[in-house]
Amino acid sequence: MSDESHLTESGPSQRIVETAVALLTLAFGLLVLLGSLQVGIDWGVEGPKPGFFPFYISLFIIVASLYNLMQAMTLGGIKEGLFSSWEQLRRVMSVVVPATAYVALVPLLGIYVSSMLLIGVFMTWLGRYSLVKTLPIAVGVPVLAYIIFERYFQIPLPKGPIEYWLDL
Amino acid sequence: MEEVANLMHGFATVLEPFNIGVMIVGILLGVIIGVLPGLGGANGVAILLPLTFSMSPTSAIIMLSCIYWGALFGGAITSVLFNIPGEPWSVATTFDGHPMAQNGRAGEALTAAFTSSFVGALFAVIVITLVAPLVARFALQFGAAEKFGVYFLAFCSFVGLSKEPPAKTVVSMMIGFALAAVGLDHMTGQLRLTFGFTELLAGFDFLIAVIGLFGIGEILLTMEEGLQFRGKRATINPRVVFQTWLELPRYWATSIRSCIIGCWMGITPAGATPASFMSYGIAKRMSPRGKNFGKGEIEGVVAPETAAHAAGTSALLPMLSLGVPGSPTAAVLLGGLLIWGLQPGPLLFVEQKEFVWGLIASMYLGNIVGLILVLTCVPLLAAMLRIPFPVIAPIILVLCAIGAYTVHNNPLDVVMIMVFGVLGYVLKKCDYPLAPLVLALVLGDKAEEAFRQALLGSQGSLAVFWSNGLVGSIMLLGLIALFWPIIQNSVARLRPRPAV
Amino acid sequence: MTTLTTRIAFGALAGVWATGALTSTPAQAQWKPTRPVEFIIPAGTGGGADQMARTIQGIVSKHKLMNTPLVVINKAGGAGGEGFLDVKNSRNNPHKIIITLSNLFTTPLATGIPFNWKDLTPVAMLALDEFVLWVNAETPYKSVKDYIDAVKKVPPGQFKMGGTGSRQEDQIITVAIEKSAKVKFTYIPFRGGGEVAVQLVGNHVNSTVNNPIEGVAQWRGNKVRPLCVFDGKTLSYKETIVDKMSWSSIPTCMSQGLDMEYLMLRGIFMPPGAKPDQVNFYVELFKKVRETPEWKKFMTDGAFNQTFMSGAEYAKWVAKEEQRHRELMTEAGFLAKK
Repeated sequence: MSDESHLTESGPSQRIVETAVALLTLAFGLLVLLGSLQVGIDWGVEGPKPGFFPFYISLFIIVASLYNLMQAMTLGGIKEGLFSSWEQLRRVMSVVVPATAYVALVPLLGIYVSSMLLIGVFMTWLGRYSLVKTLPIAVGVPVLAYIIFERYFQIPLPKGPIEYWLDL
Repeated sequence: MEEVANLMHGFATVLEPFNIGVMIVGILLGVIIGVLPGLGGANGVAILLPLTFSMSPTSAIIMLSCIYWGALFGGAITSVLFNIPGEPWSVATTFDGHPMAQNGRAGEALTAAFTSSFVGALFAVIVITLVAPLVARFALQFGAAEKFGVYFLAFCSFVGLSKEPPAKTVVSMMIGFALAAVGLDHMTGQLRLTFGFTELLAGFDFLIAVIGLFGIGEILLTMEEGLQFRGKRATINPRVVFQTWLELPRYWATSIRSCIIGCWMGITPAGATPASFMSYGIAKRMSPRGKNFGKGEIEGVVAPETAAHAAGTSALLPMLSLGVPGSPTAAVLLGGLLIWGLQPGPLLFVEQKEFVWGLIASMYLGNIVGLILVLTCVPLLAAMLRIPFPVIAPIILVLCAIGAYTVHNNPLDVVMIMVFGVLGYVLKKCDYPLAPLVLALVLGDKAEEAFRQALLGSQGSLAVFWSNGLVGSIMLLGLIALFWPIIQNSVARLRPRPAV
Repeated sequence: MTTLTTRIAFGALAGVWATGALTSTPAQAQWKPTRPVEFIIPAGTGGGADQMARTIQGIVSKHKLMNTPLVVINKAGGAGGEGFLDVKNSRNNPHKIIITLSNLFTTPLATGIPFNWKDLTPVAMLALDEFVLWVNAETPYKSVKDYIDAVKKVPPGQFKMGGTGSRQEDQIITVAIEKSAKVKFTYIPFRGGGEVAVQLVGNHVNSTVNNPIEGVAQWRGNKVRPLCVFDGKTLSYKETIVDKMSWSSIPTCMSQGLDMEYLMLRGIFMPPGAKPDQVNFYVELFKKVRETPEWKKFMTDGAFNQTFMSGAEYAKWVAKEEQRHRELMTEAGFLAKK
């Protein structure tokens, strides 16, 4: 993966990302530490208190994160070069952005309408398919999901105003 | 042999045309349920349970157990093709199954997975047929300390396998443990690590994490590489099934070992998940090709699938003979038995002979029917990889979202899969292994619970984990597994090196 | 088109809700569900509440008691808190009902989540679940007195009581036994009644307070022995289970000197803001369910106490039970901090 990146390409370096990840896990460890302290970390009447195990887990996370942080800062044991090129990241973002919009829309529009939009956007924008090819799939998949889940297995999925209006 | 006569009688019951029809319908429904992420065997069986009310108990259990087999078979499909394990015990199947698919060997991986499932299940059914009462007594030996021993063994046989830097493995695994701890602490009935957010009450479900880390993370990695943008050239070869079959007998040792691990885990009942991880870990250590595990080694598919299905099948035994379910699906089936007016327990084998042996006969036939059904689909399934990425990616995303929602009916979970997806992408690019995270998330709270139950029972004395031969030997096995690389090295150093 | 008429009906209903002050007008036809009804279970698949809910679902679909499907959904997270909060947040949604057990009281008290049963609309009590004190059949204890004497002979905490969940009904009963008999058990929580029963059979715990349905299989197999039942009167089921013993031959714990009565609610609630005619629909539905042979068989198998209540009587019972749980849990020190 990393050796693909050519010298001419630019992008965030592995070191910066590794540092950021180590800081992130460190923060997570501190959060767990805080949470475990809130519920008690000692040995109570019912055996260990709820925070007993999370406390030690958080210590492991914190210590290992600090070690990783040090490694990242000093480049010890870390691949040099780029995390990935801007071009690669752009491609990744072209999935992340519509997908994030999709999951954000699900609570508002329901899963069916959002799914139609997602498949539609993906196929026309990323895949450059014509509308004639896109529409049957964009509509067909959610309808199939509706039949399988709601009608057959009787599992209600999130619905939006349109479904309520249709009284489905 | 009374058992054989009973079994023959059972076959006669199962071979009624109506029951065969029920069986085929059950398997097909099960495969659909297994393929859809989130909608696992337990949910599927629970959802379809009320449909069986108008049937006789024997037909009903045939239908439901066939849904179960179908779901077990189906779980491997998405693991291999899209790196999305639909069930906890399919996680280990992704490690080698998905790389195989990426190398254009999806057909082989699927055939190996299905066949291994069948072998594992068959072995377990034979065990059930022959030694049911004996085995039930063995299951009773398992208290909290023994159960913790088993989880300990599962962790030990799996950690230390990764090539990634140890500090990163530690972080990854501990994050898994921490996420598993979020929500209600079952031992004290108090909430922890929820920070007052009621959304966190239910904690982090393993499936949400896995759908994100594995499934969506994989889509992002694919995008970055930009390689398979136009679909993979997976050749559709109808003979792939037979070609793979010729290769499989080579892994007989792994198969047998995995069968035994699986049956043990199913009966105790620790379940299929530790069985699959343990079996994968041990296979990696024992196999001469162990170094290639994770890059698409067929043995890495055989081991977890065999063990998971041996466990999944033998999990029905403690349910029938003791009334204690060995898996979530078995728990639902147990509820079904009660609803049909059958009481699982020591007397079921005596009082409801027709039912029990009908069920056992349906395990044999259901698995054979299931194997034939899924194997005929292998070329078709492998062809799914040819669907161009811009078409299949959004469909996978939609299925992931639906799957995430159906786990808890919580819309927040749909958002969480994206968070885990991005996390999975970044962590993987930074050499953090994801498998230990998932293993800790699946087994973390169970292991902690068993540990604390044991300590409560012993009033705080750690000696409980060496208090009898059974728990002592399990713990010892765990320690051996943990230090295996060191043991292996020192043994190799002591022995004069033979000329290569 | 049907969609049009249903839409009009839906609109009319919405109008009724909007004005709010209007109670069930006589002109309005009796309310009926127009969409699938979600049946929430604040417990996992395979447990007692789950079995009951799925039995009801099967009965409703088999006897066609409703014109829309009844869809069962498990929301077990946070000792059922997830399910309760979901229903609490579904104000004015008549297409959602929830089956409750004692965690209706214990979960908010033990965890401090923002929920109280008054956030819901009571519909009906379906039955009450009994609790029985069980010991392993290999042990010499034939009566409560034998057992308690044995517990008193050893240092406190030596005897282990297995139960389902922590700070829930099983542990509340255990604490009450301890208080009444002046003994001390070590309480070990497990995930479900089936697991608890096996721990008893395997001699990993000394006694349990499982529900009848969780213990009956092992009793029939002569692996466990019931010592007393935590009801005010002996049970009414006279069918022989094993060795000429039936549910009705188990003495009450009160008569054996254990001062504790405990029955667990198996009842139905709706989201807040439900209208009387909507509640009435479900009350009538469950009355029909109770008349079916499947339900009667289910009740007998589980030796349930078949008390049925609805309306004000039910609400009063729930209020009284909540108060009792609060007292019991305060005494035992089970309340959430703050």
